[in-house]
Formats: sequence, C-alpha cells, structure tokens
Amino acid sequence: MPQALEGSQAIARAVALCRPQVVAAYPITPQTHIVENISKLVADGKFHCELVSVESEFSAASVVLGAAAAGSRAYTASASQGILLMSEVLFNIAGLRVPLVLTCANRAVSAPLSIWNDHQDSMAVRDAGWIQLYCADNQEAVDTTIQAYRISERLELPVMVCVDGFTLTHTLEPIELPSQEQVDGFLPPYHFARALDPMRPLSMGELVTPAYFTEVRHMHHTALREALPEIAAADAEWAEVCGRHSGGLVQVVREGDSGIGILAIGSVVGTFADAADHLADLPAARLIRLRCFRPFPDAALREACRGLTDLVVVERALSPGAGGIIGTEVRAALRTMRDAPRVHNFAVGLGGRDVPLELYPRLIEAARAEEETGFAILDLEPEKLPEEGLSR
Amino acid sequence: MIEIRIHGRGGQGNVVAAYLLATAAIDEGHHAQAFPSFGAERRGAPVAAFVRMDREPILRRCEVREPHFVIVQDPTLLKSPGVTAGLREGGRVLVNSTHSSEEISERLGLEAVALPAARLAREHLGRPVPNTALLAAFLALTGVLPVEALVKALAERFRGEVLTRNEALVQAAARAVPQRAWKEVTDAAGA
Repeated sequence: MPQALEGSQAIARAVALCRPQVVAAYPITPQTHIVENISKLVADGKFHCELVSVESEFSAASVVLGAAAAGSRAYTASASQGILLMSEVLFNIAGLRVPLVLTCANRAVSAPLSIWNDHQDSMAVRDAGWIQLYCADNQEAVDTTIQAYRISERLELPVMVCVDGFTLTHTLEPIELPSQEQVDGFLPPYHFARALDPMRPLSMGELVTPAYFTEVRHMHHTALREALPEIAAADAEWAEVCGRHSGGLVQVVREGDSGIGILAIGSVVGTFADAADHLADLPAARLIRLRCFRPFPDAALREACRGLTDLVVVERALSPGAGGIIGTEVRAALRTMRDAPRVHNFAVGLGGRDVPLELYPRLIEAARAEEETGFAILDLEPEKLPEEGLSR
Repeated sequence: MIEIRIHGRGGQGNVVAAYLLATAAIDEGHHAQAFPSFGAERRGAPVAAFVRMDREPILRRCEVREPHFVIVQDPTLLKSPGVTAGLREGGRVLVNSTHSSEEISERLGLEAVALPAARLAREHLGRPVPNTALLAAFLALTGVLPVEALVKALAERFRGEVLTRNEALVQAAARAVPQRAWKEVTDAAGA
C-alpha cells in the first residue's frame, strides 16, 4: 500500500532503512528537508546512527569520508554551493576509493543566486570520479538510494544519487517503502577491507609520484567503466526483491516509429512522457532517459538510439562558452554508429524555469528542422534580453 | 485528472493544505501529487501550491497553469490577476471570505463560493488559519473524496484535543457549502 510522502521524507526513510552508522550533513535549500527528516527519525529513536552536526559542507564530506574509511556505512546530502564547497573532498573520496552515498538535491549554482532546480551542481563535479545516477521520480529516489549502497560497497566507488530539488524533494506523492527485511536481505552489513584500524595500521591518501599516478588514475577509470554492468545488475536484482525497476543505465520510456528520439535526464522525463501520451497530432517519438551519467553508458545509449534519424538531447545545465554537457557526450558516443542520428542539443529549465507540456512539441519540431541544432537554450525568452550589449 | 491551485500568504498553511488534500486522496487509493510554488517562502508573501488527482499515475511535474479549481486563502489576493489566471472553462473558485458567494462571483466574473474559513477556524481552533475549513468545503462541493478522508489525513498530523477540534471544524465547514454543487466539474475532468 503506497504512502503519501514528501520526496525528502521518503529519501530520509530510505536512508534509515539502509542503516548507515554515521550521517553528517549541513543544511542547504532544497536538501534541508532530507536532513531534518533524518534528524527527526534519530530523535524519535526510529533510526540509530551517529548524527554529526558540522559547520560546513566541507566538514560534512570530510566526516563521512573519515567514517567510511574507518569502516562505517555513512551518508551525506547537499546541493548547489554545498556540492561545490565539498568538491575538494568529493575528489578525495572517489580517489581513495571509499564507498559512500550522497544525495544531491539538484539546484542551480550562483551567480546569479538561485535556489531553484537545474543540474549545474552535479554536472560541475562530473569529473570527480563518482558514480552519478539521476532519478525520474521519488519512488526511484527511494529505490536508487538502496541500490546505491550496494553498488558503492561492492565496487568501492562513491555514488551520487541526483534528485531534482523542489520538483522531487518537495513533492508529495504515493511511495512504496520497502520493508526492513527486504533492504537487509539486499544490503549485507558494510565491510571495508581497507578500513583504518589501529590494530592493522595502513596509510591512505599518500603522495603518489609520477611513477604510479597514471596507473592509479587508470585503475579508477577502469573501475568506473566496469561499474556499468554492476549498476544495471543492482537495478535488476532490486526489482526481483520489490518488483520495481528504476531505469537501469538507459531507459526507453516510450517507443516511437517516427525516427525521432528525445533524450532527457531527471524528473522532466515524466512531463515529456505525459506530453507524448496526451498531446494530439504529434509523431510518435522514442523517449529515452539517461539514468546513469557517470560512468557514461555509451554502448547502452547506442543500442537505445538504433534506427533513429534525429535525436534531441535535452539537458538542465550549461557549459558556458561550449554549450551542452550531455549533448556533447552523446554526440561523441554515437559517432561510431553506422547510421548515427543527427543530434540536436537544447538546455531547458535552467534555475527552476518551469518545463511545461507545451515544450515537448517544440523538441519534435527541432528534430524535423532542416538544420541540425548544435546547441541552443530552447526556453530562452529573447524579449527579456537588453536590446544592446547582449553579452554585458 | 483534476488540477487545483491554492493561493495564500506565507504562514497560512498553503503547502500543508496541498499536502493534506493529496494525502487524503492517496490514502483513499487515488493517485495524487502536491507541491509548493518553490519560492523562498516568507510570512505574508503571496505563495501558491499545486495539487493533482487522478485515477492513473501522474507523470507531469510542471506547475498547474490551467486549474479546474482555485482555492484562495486570503481574499486580499483576489485583486492580483494571477490568482485566477488560466482557470479552465467552467472552473470554480473557493474563497476564504466573509462576503457572500454572489458578491465574490460577481466581482470575479467567475463561479465562486465564499466560506468564512478564517472565522470558522478561529471559533473551533482559536486561530484564524483557513486551510482545513477550505479543504473540507472543497470536498463537500466536489464530492471528489469523502470528507472523512480529510479527517483521516489530519489524524496523521494531529492528536488529542487539537484533532477533535479540527474534526469539528471539518464538519462545520463541510455543512456550510452546497453539497456536491461542483460535482459536474470533477465528473467532466474524469476524477
């Protein structure tokens, strides 16, 4: 029987079901409700963990790094500037190959200051060496959190569970919470073979000279590439437990025979699926959703794009001076296809701009255009721009 | 699917109202979704919250731009045109107001029902928070859920005397409006 839960509340309950021994987080909108709900569960005696109050996100990340390195399952969450303040530690967590799960309540990055949702924060730490999984709804946020611990601890790689700020974190909807037995059966107790232990001393984070640095980086890259089947397997195996899939690596959400594909990431996929189902007179497009962004599932993506003449890549972040981030990577991944589709790349919904159903036909229209769109911001409102000196 | 927009001022329990309504729907076996207008909410500032209810799972996550129903917690907001913007053909407005439904309808040029929700709340709870009374009236007007579903949702948040007082408020507010007067709108929306 599904329960009515706010996204943040559901995520907090899912975290508690995973039994982390240490939680450290610093509140930041729109992540705050997750931490508040965890605090409440701890205060009510429903969740037993060491809840560490810290003075910054840098400390939050450092505390969970230390805790996980010392053999405790640990959890943190942040967003936006908080993720950026963590960034130095995020690279260290990944480089030290310490298992951790972090929820990123996706939010735009300042300046200009915005508390609203886009994916600029997690995209900014794309190269930190973490696994990044993007959730389409709050049920997936619950299920992916549980899967994330399994993936992370099996592979000794940290996992960032990306959940759209406000759009998911502050939305109440029906959620199925798994039982404690289901989660315990799926997630064995945490055992970290390299745990810091005074009885068996070892060093972590040593200086690595040019003689070995390249090899360590190669191992990290290889570990992430080899994580792809593990991520897909964790989703499939959790589905055997609870009957729900969360999208594997790449999910074909709607089939279509028009040769047009729409690829999106995060919760906007639901709006596009709704538009595809309900708006009249549209050619049936294949709606593809990228769930796993790091490691980049290029082979699965090529498989999902087979037979398309045009692919429209929609993203919620911007690499100023270059354009799209996902679009660029998709183009690179599809290059080796025999009949690669044209790739049109758009950013939408930056800084919380609402993405309505009516945007979907414009994506289809772009796919049918004579010219391929290299990159554009589709929901830009040009009338709001100054008449002169556009760039200043 | 029926789509509802709740307008009020920060501190009037707008998000709580949206969450309560969606919770009542979900507990009754419907699909529902509720979310705030995602502002930096400050006490007294105009804010909005959204609710969707359907028999099918709800996929869209955009704001409600064309509501079937608008619920207005603070009558001073009726002056701002955004409050009834996008209201669907045949859509209805429920307003916390001590004026008559006829007066409000005439002023808006729309079919509206007025309920002295803040006054009812002050009588029953000792605080002029209009949200629970408006939700009770909404359920009585539309018949989309039994009024008892709201009481059950309130029981997830309140206990003891506070809950008893809220229950009495729900019954009083539900009786104060014409029963099922808006049923045709929810029927047409397939909810």
